[in-house]
Amino acid sequence: MAIPRFWREIPSRYNLYGSKCGHCGTLDFPPRTVCPECGRRSVGKMERVKLGGKGTVVSYSVIHDAPAQYEMMKPYVLAIIEMAEGCRLTSQVIDVDPAAVKIGMPVEAAFRKLGSEGEAGVIHYGYKFRPAG
Amino acid sequence: MRDVAVIGIGETAFGELWDKSFRDLGIEAGLLAIEDSGITAQDLDAIYVGNMSAGKFIDQEHVSALVADYSGLADQHLPTVRIEGGGACGAIAILQARMAIASGQHDIVIVGGAEKMTDVSDARAGEILSATADQEWESVFGATFAGLYAMMARRHMYEHGTTREQMAQVAVKNHKNGALNPNAQFQREITLDTVLKSGWVAEPLTVFDSAPLSDGAAAVVLCAMDRARKFTDTPIRILGSGQASDFLALHDRRDLTTMDATVVAGKRAFHAASLTPEHVKVAEVHDNFTISEIMAIEDLRFVKKGLGGMATEEGETALNAKVSVNTSGGLKARGQPVGAVGIAQAVEVVRQLRGEAGKRQVQNAEVGLTHTLGGTGATAVVHLFGRAN
Repeated sequence: MAIPRFWREIPSRYNLYGSKCGHCGTLDFPPRTVCPECGRRSVGKMERVKLGGKGTVVSYSVIHDAPAQYEMMKPYVLAIIEMAEGCRLTSQVIDVDPAAVKIGMPVEAAFRKLGSEGEAGVIHYGYKFRPAG
Repeated sequence: MRDVAVIGIGETAFGELWDKSFRDLGIEAGLLAIEDSGITAQDLDAIYVGNMSAGKFIDQEHVSALVADYSGLADQHLPTVRIEGGGACGAIAILQARMAIASGQHDIVIVGGAEKMTDVSDARAGEILSATADQEWESVFGATFAGLYAMMARRHMYEHGTTREQMAQVAVKNHKNGALNPNAQFQREITLDTVLKSGWVAEPLTVFDSAPLSDGAAAVVLCAMDRARKFTDTPIRILGSGQASDFLALHDRRDLTTMDATVVAGKRAFHAASLTPEHVKVAEVHDNFTISEIMAIEDLRFVKKGLGGMATEEGETALNAKVSVNTSGGLKARGQPVGAVGIAQAVEVVRQLRGEAGKRQVQNAEVGLTHTLGGTGATAVVHLFGRAN
């Protein structure tokens, strides 16, 4: 992946920036230019908002067969997480026994290494989630 | 708008075909379809090609012109179109070709689909498949294609009580059908235990819950209905078609256990054909994973939401049961050369409606359906076919 392609997404991947529709108030992550609810009425009215980082597991899978760059992580827990603000995202659940992950489990965002461009390439960082107390 | 019929079908064997190139496969399927239709290549007005990712699998783009060229048609200068749409590309190609004929622009069109997946490593093939999901907000975070379907499966189990055994029954059934299909990649029956005890790909899905990587091609010849009888006594009419899209990323969808794109595409197709799911006796649905077939039979309204697993377990989708689903063996057993999938589904349904399906023939099938997915359900296409009286 080209380096600028990853840089462009840093605000959302490092700091969980999403967007809020200035017309209906719906919150989206990652940020959108057009609100799926309001369409054209939302154009130019999308505000940047930072998510709080708390959420719950909506569904999950333990991944055993993964692309080369995730080889060292497997088996790892992939999950869809519903954030407290209502939007959903896909990430990993870490610092947990995979067998202990459940639907409805509360989790919180943590800053982690996501992957890298080969052994000597750029390292990508972003959010993963760990169990929340 | 003119009615459109399928007048010719052709497909290669599906499998790990190391001795055959993308060109070999595309041409073989195309020539079989032309021969079956009774037309000559000079009758063709256009070529449509469904292909997911030749650029990544074999470093070749512009495959529609390539197929025309190597089919010996270069000096006919036909318009050629390549359609991309994840796994649904072949089904979209049929829909676009049908519209071109219905509009009066063309009379006779060949629609081919092909994929050559085994020239890259299995790991690379997995990455290419996952490119039909959201690369920026799913794949980067470690989401594999199987992992995304596994999360649908997990949620389906949680909300509807679907079991691993019920999902495994999809694979058992489709292998049983595949054993009757001489072109299938896997022509061997399996047991429930084979599925349950095979290795995890992404829990709760195992290797045997997943369709294989395959090489293969399929083609159909479409013709304006008013000219079809010049070439065949058994034209198969396209009764209705529907296509729909949805959020690209799974996490943005309304319900993880329903593919709204399938629901909408199905409604559009049934509405266009003035039919209901009860009319369908044979269906080829997109079983890239076992959970996909369970969700498809629910979302197409063959069974109520949540009862897909139970219906499968009780044999309602077996050969010559309530609705015969994936008589070809489906993606699971016939194979999954992505670009060819939607076309191969149509080939099977046409074969069934003509009464040419041999040992896996569905009795008294008047209406057949194909259902094809792109990505994790961001695209769905449904076609309804019927015998023309």
